[in-house]
Amino acid sequence: MSTLEIKDLHASVETEDGPKEILRGVNLTVRAGETHAIMGPNGSGKSTLAYAVAGHPKYQVTSGEVLLDGENVLEMEVDERARAGLFLAMQYPVEVPGVSMANFLRSAATAVRGEAPKLRTWVKEVKDAMADLDISSEFADRSVNEGFSGGEKKRHEVLQLGLLNPKFAVLDETDSGLDVDALRVVSEGVNRYRASGETGVLLITHYTRILNHITPDRVHVFAGGRIVESGGPELADELERNGYQRFVQAEQKALA
Amino acid sequence: MTSDVAGLAPELKGAKEGQGEVPIASAGERFQSFDVDAFEIPGGREENWRFTPLRRLKGLHDGTAAFDAKPAVSVTSGGRDASGLDGVTVETVARDDARLGEGGTPADRVAAAAWSAFAEATVVTLDGTPDPVTITVEGPGVGASAAGHLQVRTTPHTQATVVVEHKGSGALADNTEIVLADGSQLTLVVTEEWADDAVHAGAEHYLIGRDATLRATAVQLGGDLVRVTSTVRYAGPGGDAELLGVAFTDAGQHLEQRLLVDHAVANCRSNVLYKNALQSDSNDAAHVVWIGDVLIRAAAENTETFEFNRNLVLTEHARADSVPNLEIETGEIAGAGHASTTGRFDDEQLFYLRSRGIPEEQARRLVVRGFFGEILNKITLPELRERLEAAVEAELAITGA
Ligand SMILES: Nc1ncnc2c1ncn2[C@@H]1O[C@H](COP(=O)(O)OP(=O)(O)OP(=O)(O)O)[C@@H](O)[C@H]1O
Ligand SMILES: [Mg+2]
Repeated sequence: MSTLEIKDLHASVETEDGPKEILRGVNLTVRAGETHAIMGPNGSGKSTLAYAVAGHPKYQVTSGEVLLDGENVLEMEVDERARAGLFLAMQYPVEVPGVSMANFLRSAATAVRGEAPKLRTWVKEVKDAMADLDISSEFADRSVNEGFSGGEKKRHEVLQLGLLNPKFAVLDETDSGLDVDALRVVSEGVNRYRASGETGVLLITHYTRILNHITPDRVHVFAGGRIVESGGPELADELERNGYQRFVQAEQKALA
Repeated sequence: MTSDVAGLAPELKGAKEGQGEVPIASAGERFQSFDVDAFEIPGGREENWRFTPLRRLKGLHDGTAAFDAKPAVSVTSGGRDASGLDGVTVETVARDDARLGEGGTPADRVAAAAWSAFAEATVVTLDGTPDPVTITVEGPGVGASAAGHLQVRTTPHTQATVVVEHKGSGALADNTEIVLADGSQLTLVVTEEWADDAVHAGAEHYLIGRDATLRATAVQLGGDLVRVTSTVRYAGPGGDAELLGVAFTDAGQHLEQRLLVDHAVANCRSNVLYKNALQSDSNDAAHVVWIGDVLIRAAAENTETFEFNRNLVLTEHARADSVPNLEIETGEIAGAGHASTTGRFDDEQLFYLRSRGIPEEQARRLVVRGFFGEILNKITLPELRERLEAAVEAELAITGA
C-alpha cells in the first residue's frame, strides 16, 4: 500500500523583492485508497503545494520533506516524480503547439510504463478512454491543449490520469469551468481511477458540488500557506455555509 | 517573449543610393538592374546589407570573387536522370536565351554580379503532370567561387513538384527564376544543406501566372553564410503563393531570408510563414535574419496576404533579427496581417511534458519537432520529409537542446 507524506513543507517563489514564502509548513499524509479534499481561499497556496510536489522550477522548497513510499521525492527530477507515480492535473493545463495529443499520450505512457505499449491494444485503450470521457476522437490529432476550451482541457487531464494510472494524483481545481454534464463525466473518470483502491487522490477545489460525486475521506482547510483544520466530509458543508472567514482570521491572528 | 516588430521598410534601400542610410519610401522603388556595375559596392551600412557579415561573403559583393568555377547542376527523378522523362525538358542554355530574365531582375549587387558572370544557365521546363523532379546544385568546392543560373518553368495547367537541393562547399552567387504559367501548380522545396565552409547568396525570382499556385518551402540548415532574397510577383489575377520556411542555425552560422511579395495585380493571395530555431554551443552567436516585406499596390484590389515569422531561441548566444513590413496602397483588400515573435524555450511547456514522465531531452525534442512540424508535415514527398526531420534531429543533438 502506497503512502504520500508531506512533512513541514516550506516553499517560496522568486519575486522582484526577493524570495516570497508561500507554503509555511504543510503536513499531510495520504494513503492508497484515500481521497483528501483541500479547500481554501484564493491565493492561499493550494496550487503552490501541487506544483511543489510535482517539481515546478518556479517554486523553491526551502525546508520539509515529500516522501512517496519513503522515497524522497524532492530529490527527483520532474519527470522522475511522474515515473515514480505522481500525477498533477493542472489548474491551467499548458498548450504545446505542434505536438499531437496522440503522440503526447503515447510518449507519456511509454515513459511511465517503462516500455512502449503494444500499438494495437494502445489504440483501443486510448479510444475507449476518450469515449468514456465524451472526448471526440478528433482531439487525438490536435496539438496538446491548443485551442481547447477550459472544460476540454480538464477532460484531457483526467484522460491522462486514467491512462497513466499514477499511485497518487493531485487534482488542482479539475472541477472548475465544467458544466453539469462535464462535471459528472469527469467525476466518473476520477472514480474509475480510484476504484482499484490502490491509488490516492488529493483534490483541490472551491466547490462542494464535486464532493457529491467524489466522496472525500478527509477535508482540509488551507489558509495562509498551510493546513489550518482537518475533518470529515461534514467540514466541507460547514465551509459551504460559513466560508473561510473564521480560518483566515485565526491565521492572521497567529501571524500577527 | 520579445517581439521584434519594426516600423517602415527599413531594409529597402536603393542600391544606387550608395552608403546613405535613409530608407527608400517604398519597397516598390527598389533599384533593379542586370548590370553589376549599376550597383554601388555595399559597405555594410545600407539597409539592404546591414545584417549581412560582408567580410564572410567571399568577395561575392565587391568584385573580388573570381567566379572562375561552375556549380554542378544535375536534374533527376526517382534517382535517375530526368531529361527525356515525360513532361520534363532539361536544357543548358547560353546567356542570350530569350527566356532568361522573365522571372525577374536582380535587385542587389550580388545577384547582379551572378547575372553578369554566369556562363550558362539550366532551364527545366515542366509540362503536364510529370513525376517529382530533383535539381541538385553543388557548390564549386572549398576556396572557389561560382555564379549560377537556374530557371524552372511550367506550361499552362501543369501540376509538378520540384526539389532544389543546394549542397557542397565554396561560394555561390546565383539567380533562380521560377516562372509559373497560367493555371499551373508548382510544389517547390528548396534546401540549403551546405558544408560548413559554404557561402550562398541566392536571389529567387518568382513570377506567378494567372490562377497559378505556388507552394514553396525553404529549408535552411547548412553553410557558414546563407542569404536568400526572394521576390514574388504576379503576372495575372488569381495567383496564389504560399512561402513557408524553416531554418536551424548553429554557432557562428548566419542564415538570412529576405522576402518581398509584390502585389501589383488584383485578386491574388500570398501566405508567408517562416519558423527558425537558433542554438549555439560556443561563444559564437547563431544568427538568423528574416525580412518580410509585402507591398500591396493601388491596383491590387482584393488582395489577401499574411506573413509571419517565429523564432525559437534554444540557447544563449543566439540572435534573431526579424522585420515584417506591410505597405498598403489600396483600401480594397480582402485581408492582411503580419507578425513576428522571437521567444525562448517555453519552460511551462517543458514542465507540462515532463510532469507526465517524459524525460527532459525527449520533451525538448517534442517541442522543437512540433515547432517545425507545422511546416515539415506539409512536405508531400515522404522520403524528403523524413530526411529533413532527421536533419533537424541531428541539429538538436549538437547542443543536446
Ligand atoms: N511569481 C510570483 N510573485 C509573487 N507572488 C506569487 C508569484 N507566484 C505566485 N505568487 C503568489 O502566491 C500565492 C499563492 O498562489 P497559488 O496559485 O498557490 O494560490 P491558490 O491557493 O492556488 O489560489 P486559487 O484558488 O486562486 O487557485 C498567491 O498570492 C500568488 O499571488
Ligand atoms: Mg490555484
